[in-house]
Amino acid sequence: MSEQKQPASRASLKAKLDEKLLAYQGVWVFIELERGQVHSVSWELIGEGRKLADAQGVELSGVLVGPSGETTRAAAQDAFAYGADNVYLVEDPLLADYRNEPYTQVLTKLVNKYKPEILLLGATNLGRDLAGSVATTLATGLTADCTELAIDMEGRSLAATRPTFGGSLLCTIHTLNFRPQMATVRPRVMAMPERQEGRGGRIIEDGIDMAESSIITKVLDFIPDRDTNKSQLAYADIVVAGGMGLGKAENYALVQELAAVLGAETGGSRPLVQKGWLTADRQIGQTGKTIRPKLYIAAGISGAIQHRVGVEGADTILAINTDPNAPIFDFAHYGIVGDALKILPALTAAFRKRLAVNRLAS
Amino acid sequence: MHIVVCIKQVPDSAQIRVHPVTNTIMRQGVPTIINPYDLFSLEEALRLRDRIGAKVTVLTMGPKMAETALRKALSLGADRAILLTDRRFAGSDTLATSFALASAIGKIAETEPVDMVFCGKQTIDGDTAQVGPGIARRLGLQQLTYIARIDSVDPAGREIVVQRRAEGGVQVLRTALPCMVTMLEGSNTIRFGTMPDMFRAARAVIEEWDAAAAGIEDVMKCGLRGSPTVVKRVFAPKPNAKKAEQIEVEGKSAEDIALAAIDTLFAARPSLADDMLRQAAE
Ligand SMILES: Cc1cc2nc3c(=O)[nH]c(=O)nc-3n(C[C@H](O)[C@H](O)[C@H](O)COP(=O)(O)OP(=O)(O)OC[C@H]3O[C@@H](n4cnc5c(N)ncnc54)[C@H](O)[C@@H]3O)c2cc1C
Ligand SMILES: Nc1ncnc2c1ncn2[C@@H]1O[C@H](COP(=O)(O)O)[C@@H](O)[C@H]1O
Repeated sequence: MSEQKQPASRASLKAKLDEKLLAYQGVWVFIELERGQVHSVSWELIGEGRKLADAQGVELSGVLVGPSGETTRAAAQDAFAYGADNVYLVEDPLLADYRNEPYTQVLTKLVNKYKPEILLLGATNLGRDLAGSVATTLATGLTADCTELAIDMEGRSLAATRPTFGGSLLCTIHTLNFRPQMATVRPRVMAMPERQEGRGGRIIEDGIDMAESSIITKVLDFIPDRDTNKSQLAYADIVVAGGMGLGKAENYALVQELAAVLGAETGGSRPLVQKGWLTADRQIGQTGKTIRPKLYIAAGISGAIQHRVGVEGADTILAINTDPNAPIFDFAHYGIVGDALKILPALTAAFRKRLAVNRLAS
Repeated sequence: MHIVVCIKQVPDSAQIRVHPVTNTIMRQGVPTIINPYDLFSLEEALRLRDRIGAKVTVLTMGPKMAETALRKALSLGADRAILLTDRRFAGSDTLATSFALASAIGKIAETEPVDMVFCGKQTIDGDTAQVGPGIARRLGLQQLTYIARIDSVDPAGREIVVQRRAEGGVQVLRTALPCMVTMLEGSNTIRFGTMPDMFRAARAVIEEWDAAAAGIEDVMKCGLRGSPTVVKRVFAPKPNAKKAEQIEVEGKSAEDIALAAIDTLFAARPSLADDMLRQAAE
């Protein structure tokens, strides 16, 4: 993405959409099915895509690409339950594992054939790998890591908002005279939609025009992560996190102790990762995880904008900071002006007490 | 083996400041660096050279001042540096950037065939992770993104085996050269340059290519004109109307503050309290 674009007279800025682009209609979401599991970002995007489709009065479709079988079919039903009207389904053993070549071929072909106006993908490793190839092949615009999507009714174009300049500002990007308009969104940025059991839809089947012999990349093996301690940060109901205010690595234990009492996941700000106090998968923020817990407790975190964008989806934020003017108090719901090294252990003890009383009572 | 590494000069975003009144970026005096993610790719290219022998060419597209980034790469050990610079490239989005870079790599390959192209996983200013895949697509290279490890490269057999980060594990992939690789952060550590390389870098004449030198005929595909995306608005995130409700701390012990905080939380969010109590009771 370029940084300083001055609108100039050029094809992409023409007021009226080219005749041939009017054929592009509807909102599509690429459903990321990997090793039998749909990435929940796909359902989050179905939820968001529903709103965009309704705003335009068009249909919402999921694109589901995977190996033939039950799992793939079940994912199509899930897509309907979350709000899709149609599912474009391509089932083939060649598509069992994600590979750039065949997936690009399939998605590009579907787009050229059925002409969606908007195409959304998750900003995951898979989604980003695929989106870049597909957008280049289609020679259309792609806006990465959007935090907000809306329809600009005037031009019927997708207004895709994303952080820019290291996260300190936001910018709204349009793809005016090219179709489809493509965007990626990171997991947990959009809310998970409600499931409507029994909601049905139309399945449109298609195929792949490739044989295994023409696919150059081969999957030799898949090594699952052994780490059973893998963080479920993005999906946790309660998250306790620490920042530089903890002072030194050993003090991070105070965060872990409170989390243990609450059955919470632990995380932290970026400097902790840079200092090696925390593993990268526990970083919260623009360049880490986006979280949407019911309760977020932030101890010794200043609340820089890059951290803020990762936690704004939390229902309740409780911040502990010695500085009454720390920016985190601008967006936290509750604040404690105090020393995290004293407040954290006190919270651990107090929660233990409150929660134990209930155990006796029940 | 010939490896091209695409590096981008970016402002050190840790030091970017936004003007509090006008909300514009204050760029003056912000130092520039090589995009940090590109260094993992540069290091991997240099390691391959150490292991199996290769020539490493670094390429950047940017204004004249981007020369500094190339010189830095030379001081770290790169063999050749090319600056792709032309006013017509200004305002490029990822589609136009990958077009210009792919054209230049194509031109480089006319005299010295290219076996591998390395890009960064993403930039810290654009942050899109699209330019690498764009280049791969345009040049018909096998695309290997988010690589945690290169297991082997066989230049004669034209084969490469890598470990690619995926959801829940790593894929072990075998594919053919030529390919485009982006390395995962932390997959290696960038070396220190040697004294001879530093001297060589300081003295080096950086090759400058304009659109014509890169073999670009269709300048409509470059810069602003070649960019399908349009930035319509840049704005500061809106401040929250409401500040945090502060728990009273004056003259109270940590214990009392903690209990008060929990009471406030539970009173305001009864469902949260119910959930926590139920979970604790189990
Ligand atoms: C491109 C880019 C991407 C970034 N991405 C991220 C990201 O994803 N996530 C992220 O978190 N950051 C990110 N950052 C960094 C971000 O800008 C901030 O530098 C970082 O969040 C600050 O971390 P911190 O609040 O822990 O530390 P500091 O800013 O040092 O704040 C420490 C806070 O602790 C308070 N404090 C001190 N002592 C105590 C005590 N005893 N008890 C309680 N409070 C105390 C201080 O008042 C202060 O508010 C990014 C930056 C850039 C440029
Ligand atoms: N102007 C540029 N010059 C050279 N390489 C670039 C440029 N822009 C992007 N790249 C490469 O593409 C990668 C991904 O960039 P991006 O799509 O902006 O996140 C970077 O890490 C670089 O390796």
